[in-house]
Amino acid sequence: MFAQMFSRTTECGSLSRSMVLFVPTVRLQPSLLRDASTDVCFCTWPCRPTGFCIVPRIIFIIFRRIILYITSIMTTSSEDVLMQVGQVRYKKGDGTLYVMNERIAWMLDNRDTVSVSHKYADIKCKNILQKISPEGKSKIQLQVVLHDGSSSIFHFVNRNGQEAQIKDRDDVKELLQQLLPKFKRKVNKELEEKNRMLQENPVLLQLYRDLVITQVISSEEFWSQHAAEYTQAKKSQRQEIGVNSAFLADIKPQTDGCNGLKYNLTVDIIECIFKTYPAVKRKHQENVPHKMSESDFWTKFFQSHYFHRDRINAGTKDLFTECAKIDDQELKKDIQSGIDDPLVDITSFEDQTLDENYGNGPTKSDKISGNIVHQSMIKRFNQHSIMVLKASTVKQSTQSIQPQLNGSTPSASKTATLSNQLDERPKIKKLRIQEKLIYDDLDATYDTNSNSSAPLNLNHVDRYLHGPVPGYSNTEPTSEELLITLNQLKKEASGWLTGNSIPRQLATSLVSPAAAVSALGELTPGGSLMKGFREESLGQLIPKDLEKELRNVYVCTCELLRHFWRSFPPTTPQLEEKAIRMHEALHRFHSAKLKPFEDRVQRDFSAVSQHLTSHLNQLLNTAYRKFAVWQQRKMQMR
Amino acid sequence: MKITVDGLLVYFPYDYIYPEQYAYMLELKRGLDAKGHCLLEMPSGTGKTITLLSLIVAYMLENPLDVTKLIYCSRTVPEIEKVIEELKKLIDYYEKETESKPKIVGLVLSSRKNMCIHPEVSKEREGKIVDGRCHSLTASYIRERHNYDESTPICNFYEGFDMEGKEQLMPPGIYSIDDLKEYGRDRNWCPYFLARFTILHAQIIVYSYHYLLDPKIAETVSKELSKSSVVVFDEAHNIDNVCIDSMSVKINRRSLEKSSANIQLLEKTVAEMREDDVNKLKEEYERLVEGLKDAHVARETDIILANPVLPDEILQEVVPGNIRNAEHFVSFLKRFVEYLKTRLRVQHVVQESPAAFLRDVQTKVSIERKPLRFCAERLASLLRTMEITDLTDFSPIILVTHLATLVSTYTKGFTIIVEPFDDKTPNVLNPILHFVCLDSSIAMKPIFDRFQSVVITSGTLSPLDMYPKILNFHPVIMSSFTMTLARPCLLPMIVAKGNDQVAISSKYETREDVAVIRNYGQLLVEFAATVPDGLVCFFTSYLYMESVVAAWFNQPIGFYNDMMTLASHKDLVVYRLQLMLTYIHYDTFYSATKVTIVNAPDIMTLGKRGEYLDFLYDQGVVDQLQRHKLLFIETQDSAETSLALINYIRACENGRGAVLLSVARGKVSEGVDFDHHLGRAVLMFGIPYVYTQSRILKARLEYLRDQFQVVSLIRENDFLTFDAMRHAAQCVGRAIRGKTDYGIMVFADKRFSRIDKRSKLPKWIQEHLTDSLCNLSTEEAVQISKRWLRQMAQPFTRENQLGLSLLTREQLEKEEYSKIEQKAQQN
Repeated sequence: MFAQMFSRTTECGSLSRSMVLFVPTVRLQPSLLRDASTDVCFCTWPCRPTGFCIVPRIIFIIFRRIILYITSIMTTSSEDVLMQVGQVRYKKGDGTLYVMNERIAWMLDNRDTVSVSHKYADIKCKNILQKISPEGKSKIQLQVVLHDGSSSIFHFVNRNGQEAQIKDRDDVKELLQQLLPKFKRKVNKELEEKNRMLQENPVLLQLYRDLVITQVISSEEFWSQHAAEYTQAKKSQRQEIGVNSAFLADIKPQTDGCNGLKYNLTVDIIECIFKTYPAVKRKHQENVPHKMSESDFWTKFFQSHYFHRDRINAGTKDLFTECAKIDDQELKKDIQSGIDDPLVDITSFEDQTLDENYGNGPTKSDKISGNIVHQSMIKRFNQHSIMVLKASTVKQSTQSIQPQLNGSTPSASKTATLSNQLDERPKIKKLRIQEKLIYDDLDATYDTNSNSSAPLNLNHVDRYLHGPVPGYSNTEPTSEELLITLNQLKKEASGWLTGNSIPRQLATSLVSPAAAVSALGELTPGGSLMKGFREESLGQLIPKDLEKELRNVYVCTCELLRHFWRSFPPTTPQLEEKAIRMHEALHRFHSAKLKPFEDRVQRDFSAVSQHLTSHLNQLLNTAYRKFAVWQQRKMQMR
Repeated sequence: MKITVDGLLVYFPYDYIYPEQYAYMLELKRGLDAKGHCLLEMPSGTGKTITLLSLIVAYMLENPLDVTKLIYCSRTVPEIEKVIEELKKLIDYYEKETESKPKIVGLVLSSRKNMCIHPEVSKEREGKIVDGRCHSLTASYIRERHNYDESTPICNFYEGFDMEGKEQLMPPGIYSIDDLKEYGRDRNWCPYFLARFTILHAQIIVYSYHYLLDPKIAETVSKELSKSSVVVFDEAHNIDNVCIDSMSVKINRRSLEKSSANIQLLEKTVAEMREDDVNKLKEEYERLVEGLKDAHVARETDIILANPVLPDEILQEVVPGNIRNAEHFVSFLKRFVEYLKTRLRVQHVVQESPAAFLRDVQTKVSIERKPLRFCAERLASLLRTMEITDLTDFSPIILVTHLATLVSTYTKGFTIIVEPFDDKTPNVLNPILHFVCLDSSIAMKPIFDRFQSVVITSGTLSPLDMYPKILNFHPVIMSSFTMTLARPCLLPMIVAKGNDQVAISSKYETREDVAVIRNYGQLLVEFAATVPDGLVCFFTSYLYMESVVAAWFNQPIGFYNDMMTLASHKDLVVYRLQLMLTYIHYDTFYSATKVTIVNAPDIMTLGKRGEYLDFLYDQGVVDQLQRHKLLFIETQDSAETSLALINYIRACENGRGAVLLSVARGKVSEGVDFDHHLGRAVLMFGIPYVYTQSRILKARLEYLRDQFQVVSLIRENDFLTFDAMRHAAQCVGRAIRGKTDYGIMVFADKRFSRIDKRSKLPKWIQEHLTDSLCNLSTEEAVQISKRWLRQMAQPFTRENQLGLSLLTREQLEKEEYSKIEQKAQQN
């Protein structure tokens, strides 16, 4: 799992003779890697109609070439005109292009209303570069593409010739390029979030396609109502990714073939090192880049004994000797602060500590002397693990400490907590012991069935459900493999009878052969259990894609119905309103999605058409009936 | 629920009961009725403690004249605290059901270190220092001195207790250590002395083995406990070692030097006293002449360690004349210490009986046996007379007098071994004189004689017939219970070979073998990849663990040896295991002409060499391990180990998973439970034999052989195997702590599959260790584990257990006693 987190490293350049080379690469987030402009446009904002309501009257001076007009001559609108370019043709009319704070506008000459106006937020900023006319073309144009797919083409027709035209165009383009990203960030944050959510949840995406794009329900409603649980989940804190415990082991040195070793470091690994060894981070801040270069620093790091874990030669002067010492002190502090869990505090296990010279066991003084290198190495392993663990829990602990610090005077709070601790300690101890004593299966009050543990929260549900998908190339089994499998199966089956392989319940002990045969007989066509069952071939009759489509229809119907039924009983005006809305949505869905689907099925698979959608219709009709009854009652009430 | 056990109404504080608990109660009741001793084995995690407590408490309430007291001994402080919590639960249940509190006082007695509430003394971390400081504040002469000299510090809590504490008894209830401390704080009484006083009339006492088994402590603490008590030794699988340890002494050079210094100090003090206050010495002398064993009426606070010999061996005679005089006694001690010094000046190992030692003392320094026997008593008396405040300084000379008393009292069952150096470091001169108790029954005998019922119980006592032999007693009840299970929640396996079919074993000849270490590593890595959450491994010894871990760090897995041979054919075959491991020696690799990677079933030949170098990069076991779990290792420093442990638990709890490498016979293996997710699998690397070259062990074996030769009960090897297997069982048993728990037990040594080893495992493990699980390779073991883990991960409800491994009251009443008993019992 953690190993997957690391993106592959890329090499850039090779310093063949150097002892250590480090190649930092930027980690790319998978979500960013995907092209943002996929085939579906998830446009969630209502496409705005073009056209202003209030148009500033602007007195302008025409210069021959660029007009950079920074002015405060604003009348009604609060927008500044940043640039103004005359002699721009739009749809065969000559006019002036204005680049303003929040929009780009074009006005026909001698008119005082703006005929074209695009908010920057609506403009696809990405493509601005591509959408200029290529070099060497006679027409100098600029195309502005909007998110809704429409575009406007501005033709620069400066009378001073092509050069001036290009100049005009480039100026506008550059200014737009500066302006657009700001708006992109503002707007797209929300959009991106939604986009990503849809990408991550295929079910949601399908729902979106079926409900929003077909305009069964509006996109706002979709996001606020139907995708609520997804957006909620996003809002709750994201889980912190811990540190991979083998991150140092994963930096495999590679030989460069000439007696050198090459370490590939990624940003992730560096981050891991910093998180786990705060002392190294401090060293890094102190030294890089004032005293040494980044790569020198890491070269030293890997060369140092610190990395090579058997730090007995701590006496040698080294950049990282101090780090080792700090780490050791940290560990010592932890030991001295004591262990609050009585069940693992080995030091206080023995009740009566006799003089060590009584008894036969080895005493402290004549400890079994082992290899001191090994011992320090073992200590290092423990330390490493402890620090890795600390690195991933450190976030929470700082948060919990924070409020205490903000309290009253530090001394007072400190003594308070100290006395609290004294009081708390026996209680915690007692709780801990009692927790160990519970035999949950003996105690009726403790329900073994109830699951009090935290629910599994998955980021990528589909990954969990499907697992890694193997490459399609080698899934096709060869006949030889099939044969082998068959043989294995036979062998396995023979094992069932004799029951000799692994301890398990004998297959025979579960069901007697006679009973099994008779049950099978009943379950084959013509058997008593198969009476009235005509659709047994349905599964085979419909092709895969139809099945998939049916499933999608089902998902949508259920989603809508869920919301429909949730509004019953409509006790509040809001609920009433919702019921009506959902009823409409159901109808819309019925006509926009279900009907065409039914028709298609009728056309192509007439044999199964009835059965396929009968249940769906039943569901919808029940809802309609309910609604009708409710409406009727309401009428009577009045 | 309320159940009837053979006519006795027992309150059991749960709604359900395990069949084996009921059977256990039946047996225990029979034992109590017969007023005899019992030996009962019941697997860990079947609620042994609550079973014992509820039956005995019910029995006590029913027959208040037959059984007056329950003395419950356990090994570690956490165990003791657990017992008291269970007892609380039981009494609460009584109160709820009968609506009146049973008139029972139950309490813990622990050392001063755990019970002290003195603001300064309690801050000390070491038990010995707490004892010493307490003594220096509470000794009778200190308090007397305080009467005329206010500046002498005393302990207010003890004074408070002394003033009021003894007048009234503690109200009925169950008191844990913390409760006692709180009770003490409220009243300004010393909890330690309050507890010591209360145990005399309390109905239930919970304390550690030492308070009963170690004569030095038992004499002061448990002397006056009544005969009609039931004594329970829980977790008693190591009880023989406790007995032996409590009677053994060892002396090294440093302690002799220190005792010389002690003697000088004594001489000086005696001389000073002779000048200042002759009366005191004279008084002491007079009293000794008069035949009083002790010159003072010993106050409870005055004694830290009593006579090291068992009460029935203490001579009820007058102290012999030649050591009555203080100066004489000091010079007597001086002579003895000098003699011991000469004994330590040896070049080779000496082993002799106490009789020979005494004879030698007689001829060399003409010290007779009788004054030696009084040595400990006499010194205690002298120290009291001299009003020494801090006795901890005098511990070396106290040790020497204890040796003197022990050696002159016991001639049988003990031996003296003088070793000039440690076996592992033959070059470093470090002479030690061991006075070793060989017979565990010596310390146990007074207990068996004195109390009407002694119950010895544990999760692992197999083979049961061993304990009556080594402890020399005749139990009226001897029974082993199984764990009735609704699903096979334990999976014992014997892994006898690695994937390369090389046998794995920790036996002395092969333990350093590269192949064995590599296979152990591979086993560990594969299990770390398979088993969720916690994984615990036990090695046979600390040294072995160290060397294996070092080898794992440096040595990669892979078929180094195979490759070397193949490489000589210039046609290098590299096996690619599941794990993406592989060792490659770069030089060999470059000289090879063709590289073949064998990937389980299919073979593909690779063309270029360079491309695969990265892939074939050598990987240590430790690195691979860290990829799956965090690694923690037990060290010789117990504070460090505790820290590692707590982090291990943290890692298991936050889902990351961890591996703990630990040592059999170590503190972790004896005292820490790895229940549920803390230990989903236990790997036992090798058979944890005791260090067989140890002379002490040899002497003990020899003694056992000689002693039981007539009956030919214990064979030497049998005993060693028994000892090894009980430790192995202890280790693997750490993972199963209940019926809802589940865990894998891997015995990774070929020798485990031999019948003499297997048959010594507890029955409840043997039951699940079928023949098909006895000779597995790593691969097979992993496959079986995977399937089993999937099965175990399914929801397990009470309904699955009911009637099978869990009974309601109705079911219990319906079923015949005999049937249940039969189900739960297997011998």
